[in-house]
Parts: sequence; structure tokens; C-alpha cells
Amino acid sequence: MASGEKQSLGDVIRDSQIWKSIFRHPAPVDRRNRVVVMLTNFFLHLHPVSVKKQGIALSYTWCMGGVTFFLFLVETVTGVLLMFYYRPTLEWAYNDILSLRDVTSLGILRELHRWGAHAMVITVWLHMYRVFLTGSYKPPREFNWVIGVILLLLTLLLSFTGYLLPWDQLAIWAITVGSNMARATPILGYEGPGQQLLTLGGIDMITSGSDARFGLLGARFVGEETLNRFYVLHCIAIPLSAAFLMAIHFWRVRKDGGISGPL
Amino acid sequence: MHGNSQVFLEGISGFLGWYYVSLAAMNLIAAYWLWRARHLVGQAIFWLVVALFYMGYLAPMATSADPEWMPQMPALIRNLVNVSLGGSTGAVTYSVGSMVLLIVLYLGRRFFVRGQVAWGMLNLSLLALGLSMTDYNFYTIAAKPDNVPIVGLIFLIAFFTWLATSRAVENDDRIARGEPTLEHEGSEKVLVWPDLVYTELICMVALTAFLLLWGIGLEAPLEEPASSVKTPNPSKAPWYFLGLQEMLVYFDPWMAGVVMPSMIVVGLMAIPYLDFNPKGMGYYTIAERKFSYLTYQFGFLLLWIVLIVLGTFLRGPNWNIYSPYELWDVHKVEALNNVDLSQYFWISGMNMAMPRAPNGSSVPIQLFYIAQREWLGIVLVLAYFVVLPPFLAITVFRKYYAKMGFVRFMVMSNLLLFMLLLPIKMVLRWTVNLKYIVSIPEYFLNL
Repeated sequence: MASGEKQSLGDVIRDSQIWKSIFRHPAPVDRRNRVVVMLTNFFLHLHPVSVKKQGIALSYTWCMGGVTFFLFLVETVTGVLLMFYYRPTLEWAYNDILSLRDVTSLGILRELHRWGAHAMVITVWLHMYRVFLTGSYKPPREFNWVIGVILLLLTLLLSFTGYLLPWDQLAIWAITVGSNMARATPILGYEGPGQQLLTLGGIDMITSGSDARFGLLGARFVGEETLNRFYVLHCIAIPLSAAFLMAIHFWRVRKDGGISGPL
Repeated sequence: MHGNSQVFLEGISGFLGWYYVSLAAMNLIAAYWLWRARHLVGQAIFWLVVALFYMGYLAPMATSADPEWMPQMPALIRNLVNVSLGGSTGAVTYSVGSMVLLIVLYLGRRFFVRGQVAWGMLNLSLLALGLSMTDYNFYTIAAKPDNVPIVGLIFLIAFFTWLATSRAVENDDRIARGEPTLEHEGSEKVLVWPDLVYTELICMVALTAFLLLWGIGLEAPLEEPASSVKTPNPSKAPWYFLGLQEMLVYFDPWMAGVVMPSMIVVGLMAIPYLDFNPKGMGYYTIAERKFSYLTYQFGFLLLWIVLIVLGTFLRGPNWNIYSPYELWDVHKVEALNNVDLSQYFWISGMNMAMPRAPNGSSVPIQLFYIAQREWLGIVLVLAYFVVLPPFLAITVFRKYYAKMGFVRFMVMSNLLLFMLLLPIKMVLRWTVNLKYIVSIPEYFLNL
């Protein structure tokens, strides 16, 4: 403090070498640095530097896309923590959920994950509702709407595959009801119309052991193979696909000129 | 039984007390806002009185857990609902009623979006929910942990539909007067830091708090361990697929579970390529895009949300319809005497036996007999999907056809026809007990 000018603790921290090495920009307190912060920060660079006022008005946007993304992050974090306590086998799945409730500290982990998942399904619908009602799928945003529809589908599949994992009555029967449909897939399901078309030398290609439902469940009925299959889909395949599509979805929002309206 | 119901009332009295207190708080805030921000003293006093009624009467009475005093849904209304929804025509009453309600809301949207009216309807529905919670049968369904989000969904959909419609009504007025829309007024630019990032931060904090409270207050469901031999009755799919499960009443699984969902996904994806209307982009409007608006609302609100609510709250054992105030009696019997179109034609119409291939005949002969048996249904379905679109193109949709061209128009009309298949089948089932239009069980091809 040789200069005699008193520095606040915040200034000292922000002037330190460590701080400057982490954040590539000064504190966003003036106009110039509020622009710079958006351009130089990895987490913020998703955003533009400035937006139309209506593009951030809650009564217009409902914030549902953002909420959905946030819920996806909540599901990822709580999901990873849940994976520490859960083994997808007939022997352990149900017991692990029981002990998660009764023994584990932070006892609301599963609640956060489940309610977050329900909320995410609802917020995806509301997001889509808003995008439709404001005509935000119109050119040049057509393809981003298509990606959005796929993301909607992935959200439902994420929830559906997760539904099985507690391995209680609620889980297996909901999945049984849901996956029984696949049995009736035209041509590819063994009770589907046209399954007789796929025969080779008089032998049915499509049986209960080789049809679409079998492919989904990994077995003739919901069993341990299904549990394993849904676990992998739920924890790895679908989240990765969704994250990949989300990246494109957000990038396209930027490139197509904001969330809605003419360019 | 009286002892049990006393235990039940005591169990929920605490929750209901807080429920009415929060309703009071909600109206108190509204009254304060009307007074300070809007200077509407008369309205403020009205909602203040409502708040005092919740706080001073309903909340203490609910906390008392005394069956004499506890505010309950009047038996008259409960009986009325039981009679209209619990009977054999429950599905008809519910579906047609929902449609009429949506049409009334749409036609009277100018009236219903008014703050006073909307707030009054919100109060009434929340009050109805609170009063119904003292009914054991209602409570069992509405408070089932996995159904709680659906109660929330109903209110969220209603709220956001109100929000969007009120803005659309305002915008339509402005457009008619030649003024810029609400959204156009906000077209100047602001910096993302701090305006947007702070909004996002506040949203995240609020949402985290909300999720934590929800997680602490309501335990995630966990039933008995899975058993592949003990089938629960009813067996329900996860709630977001209940609209599809409801379709199973009217269609075979290949339609309800595979074709229809695929068509929904394809149809949603096709929307931007079919909607050629350049208007209504970036602002809420109904008048400038009536057709696409009504189509979407028909599909989303009526065929998706309304059916999910039906599947969640009204479908009970054996997939029968139960009124929300009705006991889920497993032995409730509903007569199933559905008839195929071909049976109508051959047996009732022609007074003949159904055509049947002789035993041991070859595949082509069998196909011939099937075609003869089902010819009317096949012709109708072909006419529906092949003849109707060109007919629409030269009549009601002439302008659309001219603008869209052949391929786009055919895709659109076929998607619309697929969507209409469900209500058509519903009406045919309710009116003439029609089971299948085309029934070819030999090849699992029933429609």
C-alpha cells in the first residue's frame, strides 16, 4: 500500500495473478468489460453480447428452455451421485434404492432426481408450446425445431428408461405396458401386421425372441437384461446424444439470429 | 369406517390448513399489488375479503379436522360428478365436456383473459382442489406422489395458455388498429451482462430452492419389489404416455403404440415445412395464424393433455372410468359389446354369414375371402386417405393447395387425417359401438 490509496479486499483478489489467470477479463462493471466478459468467458460465450429486450422478458419467453437445460444439469449431477449407490442387478437394484432412502445421508437425492425428471418433461412441453405460439419455428429456424422435437423424444426416453431402475412394481409394470407396444410394430413385431412377410424358407424371421420388443428389452419379458440395457441407455447413450443435440440446438439459436422473430 | 375417516381427516388437516393460508397469502399479494401498482381500490378490497375468508374461515376450519366443520366439496356436486363421469358414458362426457370447455374458452377468450376473470377462475379451481382433498377417493389419486406433477401440469398449462392468449388478444387488437405489437415495443437491445445472466442466476437459485422443498416435502414413490407374476390393476404406463395408452381403448397396439406415436413425431417435425404463413413470427397472435393455432391446440391440449388427465385421474381397475370421487371398485363391470364394421355389414345388413375361406385353402384364396369380408372397411379407409385429400384440395383447402403445391399439401392433409382418426374412432365407438373398421386378425391388421 505504498501509494496510500486503500484497496478493498475484492480489488486485491481481482488483481492477483491467480484470479487473472482463471478469469480472462476484468470485472464487468463498465460497458466495455460487460461486452468483454461475454466474449472471453467459456460459460458465457453461449450467449450473445446483447439481445432484444423482449428476448429476455419472462412474460414472452417463459424461460422454459433455460429451465429445461438447468434441469438436465440437475439430473446429470444427481444422476452421477445416484450411480455411486446403485447396482443395476436383480439382486441389488431394489435394495440399493431402499438403502438410499433409509441409510444414505443426503436422503433426498432420489427425490431431486425423480421430481426433476418429471419437471423436465413438463418444461420441455411448455418450451415447445411457447416456441409454437410465437411462431419461432418459422424460417430460418425450421431445422432447430426439428432438433427440438428429437430432444423432446430423448427427454421422454430418458424418463422412460429411468422409470425402470428402482425395480419395484411401479417400475416393471409401467415399462411392461409401455414396451408391449413394440410387440405390435408393423413387420418387425411378432404380433404386428405384416410380420408374416419376413419369412425365410418357410421359417418366421420375426418371433418373440427376435422382434422389435426383444431388441428393446434384451429378453422376452422385462428382466435383468432389460434392467442392464435401460441402465446403460439411461446413464450413457441417451444423455450423450441429448448433450450433443443440445449443443447444436443452442448453437443454432445463436446462428439463426436469436430465440425468435425476424433477423 | 367413521374411525378411519376421522384418522384420514386428521392426517390431511395440517396440509389443508397451510394450503388455505397460502391461498390467502396469494390473494393478499394480489390485493396489495392492485392497490399500490394499479390503484384499483375496489378490486383490491374484493380480493382482500377473499383472502380474509381463506385465512379466517377455511384455514382454521380445515385445521380443526372435525368432519362437521371441515370445508368439503358439497355432496350435491360430488354426486353430480359421480353420475356424469362414473357411469358408462363417463368417457363421452369427459371428452366432449373438455372439448366444449376449450371451445368456450377460445370463443370467449377476450372475456376470459381479463385479469379479474382469470384470477377468479384460478381461485375457484384451487378452492375446488382444496375442498375435494377431504374426499378420500379423490385424495388417493391426486396425492399419489407420481400424480402430483400432473396436478401441477394442469395449472401450469392453464397459466401459460392464459398468458399467451392474453398477449395474443392484446396483439390482435393492436394489429387491427395498425399499432406495433407488444413484442415489437421491446425490440431495442440490451446487454446480456447483467440483464440476462442475472435473470438466469435468479431462476437457477429459485428453481433449486423449489426442487429442494419438493424433495423434502414429498417422498419419491417406491412400491413392493418387482414381481412378474403379480400384475397390478390397473397397470399404467408412465404418466406422459397415458395419452397413448388411452388410444389403446380405440386402436390396436400397432396403431396406438407404434404408428400414431411415429406420426406425432413426424408431424411435429414437419410443422415448419408445412406452415407457409410468414406472419406471426416472434409475437403472440391468434388472428394472423388461426389454422395453425387451432390445429396445434387441438392436438396438444385436447388430444394430448386432456387424455393424460383422463388416464391419470379417471382410469381405474380394468381400465374402466371412475369419477374422481368414486371408490375404485375392482368388480365394476362395463358391458363390452363392440362390433366390427364387417359384422355390421354381413350379419346385420345383409343377413348373411361372414365370408370364410374353406379350411386348408391356400394363401391367395384366404386373402380373397378376407378382402371380400372386409371390402367396405378397406374401401372406406382408402377413400379416407387417398380420395379425401384431393377432394379437400379442390374444396375447402383450395387456397392452401395453391400455395403449398402437391407434395406438401398431401403430407399435411394425411397428417391431419391421421390426427383426426382418433376422435373419429372415439365417436364411432360411443355412438355405434364400432370395434374395428377393418378387422383382419389373421394378419394382426385391425384398424
